[in-house]
Amino acid sequence: MKRLAAPLAIYAVLAYLFLHLPLLILAGFSFNQSRFTVWQGFSLTWYRAAFQNQQLMEAAGNSLIIAIFATVFATIIGTLCAYGFWKRSSPVLAGSLYMSLVTPEIVSGISLLAFYQWLFRFIGIQLGMYTVILAHVSFSIAYVVIVVMARLRTVDAQLEEAALDLGANEWQAFRYVTLPAILPGIVAAALLAFTVSFDDYVITSMVAGVDSETLPMVIYAIARRGVNPVVNAISALIVVGFGSLILISERLRAA
Amino acid sequence: MKRLRAWFLAPTWAVMLTLFVVPLAIIFAYSLLTRGTWGGISQPWSLESYRRLADPIYLGILWRSFWIAGAATVLCLALGFPLALFISRSGKRKNLYLSLVILPFWTSFLVRTYAWMFLLRDTGLINTALQKLGLIHDPLPLLYNDGAVILGLVYGYLPFMVLPLYATLERLDRNLLEAAADLGAKPWVALTRVVIPLSAPGIRAGAILVFIPCLGAYLTPDLLGGGKTVMIGNLIQNQFTTARDWPFGSAVSLTLMAIVLVLLLVFVRRQEGGLV
Repeated sequence: MKRLAAPLAIYAVLAYLFLHLPLLILAGFSFNQSRFTVWQGFSLTWYRAAFQNQQLMEAAGNSLIIAIFATVFATIIGTLCAYGFWKRSSPVLAGSLYMSLVTPEIVSGISLLAFYQWLFRFIGIQLGMYTVILAHVSFSIAYVVIVVMARLRTVDAQLEEAALDLGANEWQAFRYVTLPAILPGIVAAALLAFTVSFDDYVITSMVAGVDSETLPMVIYAIARRGVNPVVNAISALIVVGFGSLILISERLRAA
Repeated sequence: MKRLRAWFLAPTWAVMLTLFVVPLAIIFAYSLLTRGTWGGISQPWSLESYRRLADPIYLGILWRSFWIAGAATVLCLALGFPLALFISRSGKRKNLYLSLVILPFWTSFLVRTYAWMFLLRDTGLINTALQKLGLIHDPLPLLYNDGAVILGLVYGYLPFMVLPLYATLERLDRNLLEAAADLGAKPWVALTRVVIPLSAPGIRAGAILVFIPCLGAYLTPDLLGGGKTVMIGNLIQNQFTTARDWPFGSAVSLTLMAIVLVLLLVFVRRQEGGLV
């Protein structure tokens, strides 16, 4: 197998180029002065244009609000669930979480849309920010549970028993013993949930109302008409933003 | 402790029931109803929507989705196996190399798909470069075809293949390779007769993890196929928007769910390290 080392390494370089080059090229060309794919010098024109584009900025604001709310809810709910699983497994609930992960997004999207439409017959409300937030909570929980669960597996269950023996009640044992131990995992899970929520297009586009257009929805609408340098600039910002969040998340999970 | 534990799970139960189980149940009910005059849902109950799936047009879309997802899976395996092998054999830098595979995966799927539009379109980087070099005169039709969709799917889901492959290759007993070498096996023989058969669980897991999202893909065929490459996902979306045939859209959705479930039941064995 030793003789395979050199060809494997060469192959790996090519594979990493395939994985990373498209995004690097896109980011590079976002600084291009020209709107065409010919390099004509460095400029921040498209970044300026992006920040002056009201529709884009409003959508970015919506995405941020939705992602923050969805992350907070999903992280709290998912962490509690992981803790519950850690105490004793619940195959049915775990199974339904797995199912929610493998359900094609378009199916989740249309079934949520059908659910909301059905619900609105009984209560007179409309699709809007909160329907998007609820949808995002529902698909982010599974990610949170998986990440927090991985962290909990490294925690010694006897520590809580010790706390109980020393007179702590169950809540105190969770709050002061286990929670601090899994905090890095929880933060990592939250960062992950945030990127998953911020990026979602398929489900969001089905359940968003007129006042809740998100950044991916605007990007998608522009992308369907073709390539636009303003989108290149926004894309570069998203790549850098997401990249940093994920790197922090990975660090925390390894910590 | 038991009482408290129930409260820890309660919020997740509530969310999963209201926002996952009930919506699917509604879709199931819709799939058994009839399309109303103005596109709504109405009585009577019937199996008509499922019967319509047997129409050659829809069977064609189903077949095409399988074909595209299958091609993407095979390509992911071919591209991912050597990469996973490389990572599993790279000692201390394993984690770094693994992160380099995962990082683009968590970077916006939409942006990654858009990046390929930027590269592949008629006035995109590849065509522009080839024209500048004088290799071609007219731009090559790289975007808006099946090939572009498959490329986008491979790019999107390659990490799903590499991670499980890496996990099995990592656990591979090195002594077996030495034994193969001692017995006179050339590297290629050791690879095909020892390494690949032993990594079957990883191959199976990776293939299923790639095939399922590819089969239900919506965004990639829509953006890179330019509406020409219609897959199941696009058919579903179309029924709920322009065609306004909710019962049929629901029937297609449930058929897709059923296919996914069967694939999972057949190919996924209970493995350690799951949630339960």
